Amino acid sequence: MTTLTKHESSAKLRSGAPTPRGGLRRFGDLKIALFFIAPAMIGFILFYVVPTFRGIYLSFTEYNILGDPEWVGFDNYAAIAKDALFWNSLAVTGQYVLINIVLQTALALGLALLMDRVAKSTLVRGALLLPYLMSNVIAALLWFWMLDYQIGVVNQFIEWSGLPRVAFFGSEEWAIPTQALINTWRHMGYTALLIFAGLQAIPQHLYEVANLDGASPFQTFRKVTMPLLRPVLVLVLVVTVIGSFQVFDTVAVTTQGGPVNATRVIQYYIYQRAFTESDFGYGSAIAVILFLILALVAFIQMKFLRGNESDLD
Amino acid sequence: MTTTTSRAPKPATTRRRRPFNTRRAGAWALLALAIAVSVVPFLWVLRTALSTNGSLASQSASLLPADFTLGAFMRVFGLQSPADAVAEGGSGAAIDFWLYLRNSIIFSSITTAGAVFFSAMAAYAFARLRWKGRNAVFSLFLGTMLVPPIFTALPNFLLIKNLDLLNTMLGMVLPYVFMTPFAIFFLRQFFLNMSREVEEAAMLDGAKHLRIFFQIVLPNAAAPLATLALLTFIGQWNEYFWPLLVGSQDDVRVLQVGLGVFKSQSPQGAPDWSGLMAATLVSALPVLILFAAFGKKIVNSIGFSGIK
Repeated sequence: MTTLTKHESSAKLRSGAPTPRGGLRRFGDLKIALFFIAPAMIGFILFYVVPTFRGIYLSFTEYNILGDPEWVGFDNYAAIAKDALFWNSLAVTGQYVLINIVLQTALALGLALLMDRVAKSTLVRGALLLPYLMSNVIAALLWFWMLDYQIGVVNQFIEWSGLPRVAFFGSEEWAIPTQALINTWRHMGYTALLIFAGLQAIPQHLYEVANLDGASPFQTFRKVTMPLLRPVLVLVLVVTVIGSFQVFDTVAVTTQGGPVNATRVIQYYIYQRAFTESDFGYGSAIAVILFLILALVAFIQMKFLRGNESDLD
Repeated sequence: MTTTTSRAPKPATTRRRRPFNTRRAGAWALLALAIAVSVVPFLWVLRTALSTNGSLASQSASLLPADFTLGAFMRVFGLQSPADAVAEGGSGAAIDFWLYLRNSIIFSSITTAGAVFFSAMAAYAFARLRWKGRNAVFSLFLGTMLVPPIFTALPNFLLIKNLDLLNTMLGMVLPYVFMTPFAIFFLRQFFLNMSREVEEAAMLDGAKHLRIFFQIVLPNAAAPLATLALLTFIGQWNEYFWPLLVGSQDDVRVLQVGLGVFKSQSPQGAPDWSGLMAATLVSALPVLILFAAFGKKIVNSIGFSGIK
C-alpha cells in the first residue's frame, strides 16, 4: 500500500506538469501519436462523443425506433415537468441516494479508522472488499433470498427477537431503504478502503506532534484527521452520490419498480420508457435531466475539492 | 510468551508491547462484525445451494444445509432430468448455463483484452509522445468519465441496432473494446513514471516507437497492465445493463442476464431458492477464483483506482 500511495503522489505531481525531457523529439511525434491513439479515438468518437450529441438530439424528438425521429422541440421536457411518475422517480432516487450517502460514508469512515488503528492486514481488507467484487445482480439475488418474507434468515432472526417480520421488498416504506442497504453492503468495504488510503497518506509526524501537545484521541481526530481527510471524503461522497443516482441492476432484478412505484428510480424509469414503451425521445429527455443533475454534482465537487486542496499539502 | 500463557493468567501489564486494552478489543469486535457481515452471506448462499427446496422452509435457520444435496448444482449445470428438477423445486425449464458461461467468458475476455491493449496504446501517446493538443485531447477523454452510462446507452443501442448487430457478440463488445477512459487514465499514470533512459538509449539505436512500445514499455508495465486487466475483467464479468439491452437472446446472453431470467422462471409461489443460489455461486466463481489468486493485487489497487 505504502509503495502505491507514494507512486500515486509522484504520478500526480508529474501529471500536473509533464516535463518534456526528450529533447530528441520536440514536435515530430504527431503522426506516430495519431497512430497510437487511433483505436481509442474510434471508440471515443463512436461510443462517447457521437452518442452524447445524438442523445441530446433525440431528447427533442418523438421516436419509437420504427420510423424516423420527429422533431418536437421542448415537448418532451414540458411533458416531463407534468409527469407525476418522473417526479416520483426523482423523489425515490433522492431518498435512495440520501440513505446511501449517510450510511455508507459513516460506516466506511468507521471501518477505515478501525483498519488504520488495529488491522492493516490484506486479509481483513480483502474480506471487506469481497461484496464489492460481486455483481449488483448477485448482491441483489443474495439479499432477495436472505430477506425473503417467509423463509429468509433475516426475518427468522427478527421473529426470534420478538419483532414482527418485515416485508423488505414488498412494502412501500421498506423497498427503497432495502435497496439502499444492499448497495451499502456491497460498497461499504470499497469506500472504507478509499478512506483508508487517504488515512495512510496523512503524515505520521502530525500525530506525534498532537500527541506531544497532549491532545486526546478525539481532539486528534477532529483537528488532524478530519481536516486532512476532507478532500478524500468529498471525493468519496461524490463518487457515492453519482454512483447511487444510477441505481438500476438491483431494482431490475428484485422489485422492478414496485411495489406500486416505490422503487421506480430514475434509471429504471428511463429504461421502461425507452425500451419497454419504445419511447426513445422521452427516455432520452429524462436521461438528459439525469446527466444535468450529475454534472451539477460534479461541479459542486470541483468547487469543494479546490477549496480543500490546500489541506493536503 | 508461550511460557507465560501456559501458566495462570498473568496481569496484562507484564505484556509490555501490547497491553490488553478494552478499547482495542472493542475495535477488533467491531471489525470482526463488519467482516462477518461481508462474508457470512456467501456462506449462507452456499448452505442454501446445498439444500433441497422442500426442506428450506422447515429448517430455515439451521446453519447446515437442509437435506444436503448437490441437486441444485446439477440442475444449474443441466445434469438433472426435468422430472427430478421439478421434484426438487426447480422450474423444469432448461437453462443453458454452459452457454451463458461461454458467452460471459467471451464477452469479458474480448472486451478486457481490447480495452487494455488499445488503452495502453493511447496511454503511450498521452504519456510518452510530444504532440500538439495532447493535454486537451486527454482532458476530453477523461471528461467522458462524467457521462452517465445510461445516457450513452440509448443512442449506442440505436447505433448497434442500425448496424444490425443486436444479439450479436460483436454488438455487445464494440462499445468497450476500443478503450475505457479509466484504463487510459490508469495506464498513463504509470507510463509517466517510467524512466526515459532506456527508451532514449533505444531511440539512439534507431528503434522505432512500435518497438519501444512492445519491447520496452509494455514489458516494464507488466504489473499495472495485469492489475488493470484484472479489474477490467471483473467489471466486465459483472456488467448487466448493456448485455441486457443488446444480448437478450440465448445465444449471446451472459450469466448476469441469465441469472435474472433464472429468477423469473420460478414456478408460481415457491421460487427455486437452492437452484438460484447455486446459479449465483457459479456465476460468482470466476471472480472468487481471481480474488483468491490475486487478492492482494486487487486490494492494493483500490487506493489507486479510487483517486480518479
